[in-house]
Amino acid sequence: MESILETLRQPWPWYVAGPLIGLTVPLLLILGNKSFGISSSLRHVCAACFPANIPFFKYEWRKEVWNLFFVSGILMGGILSTLFLGGNEPVAIDASLRQELAAYGVTDVSSLVPVDLFNFANLFTAQGFLLMVVGGFLVGFGTRYAGGCTSGHAIMGLSNLQLPSFIATCCFMIGGFIMANLILPYILSL
Amino acid sequence: MKNNEYSNTSTGTDTLVSTSENTDFEVRSLDAVCVNESELKHPFWFNLKYLFAGIVFGILLVKSEVISWFRIQEMFRLQSFHMYGVIGSAVLVGMISVWAIKRFNIRTIHGEKITFHSKRFNKGNVYGGLIFGFGWALTGACPGPLFAQIGTGALAISVTLLSAIAGTWVYGYLRPRLPH
Repeated sequence: MESILETLRQPWPWYVAGPLIGLTVPLLLILGNKSFGISSSLRHVCAACFPANIPFFKYEWRKEVWNLFFVSGILMGGILSTLFLGGNEPVAIDASLRQELAAYGVTDVSSLVPVDLFNFANLFTAQGFLLMVVGGFLVGFGTRYAGGCTSGHAIMGLSNLQLPSFIATCCFMIGGFIMANLILPYILSL
Repeated sequence: MKNNEYSNTSTGTDTLVSTSENTDFEVRSLDAVCVNESELKHPFWFNLKYLFAGIVFGILLVKSEVISWFRIQEMFRLQSFHMYGVIGSAVLVGMISVWAIKRFNIRTIHGEKITFHSKRFNKGNVYGGLIFGFGWALTGACPGPLFAQIGTGALAISVTLLSAIAGTWVYGYLRPRLPH
């Protein structure tokens, strides 16, 4: 028992975690005919809290309340894995990335989110504002404009062989490559 | 149980137009992510099964390290295979599962027919996709990981989550004026 727990506390290799993440697709379908997709939860929050008479938010969000239960579960999963499964431990980061980040003063690699960049005090700097506030805005705006995120398009959409999802997934990657390689270095050096 | 006990308004091959008599369905399916029209009436606590599914999924996100900002940077710099392995194998398993559900007519645990929805291409898939890609590389998170990151104690990410909700709202507001 001890050794099982010890094994679970280690990072899970991609060939274990990836297929298990893929099984979320049939799990939700078999539990109640639900299509895997997470960014919709942000829309349901808008529809529930601030519909403001906008047609896009005037729908019966209660029919999609399962999605809010699901994302609440994700939050609790984050808490539980940190408490009991050694969740928030250092990631074995590629050496050249670590070196590059150190040049920008990002030296704390002890948790999943770099605390040097993502903290409340940094919110009031241009860098932190761009990373947290603008970044978050682009995630919310972009996923809804694209009609889904990594889960809805890349995993559920590709699983169902949807061409629009393939196009969207390619665009996610193109956008990410541009930002990470061409723009982010300037933001990190702020 | 017989299928006709449940009157699903949608079938796998539905298009947006064919369901126009149901405007609520139409509004929700403007982007075809969330169009589950189950007519089953269940007590509220039945939703707890999705809470448990979410907990398992959240643990997977953390233990596979895909919610790590560093892993996302590695992915976009082609410095590690990890993220490609996770997403690639997840998609492969998802594809096989969807195929099996269709092939063997697998039903839900309540005996309901499982439906799939075709997505229709629009320009938003490209523009929105690129915009989300920018945000993904900045925050190191897609919507799911935002929730998990907050759970691991990175409380500042709650600001990012609120901002993502604001971004969704602004999209809804500007929607009629955006190219689709």
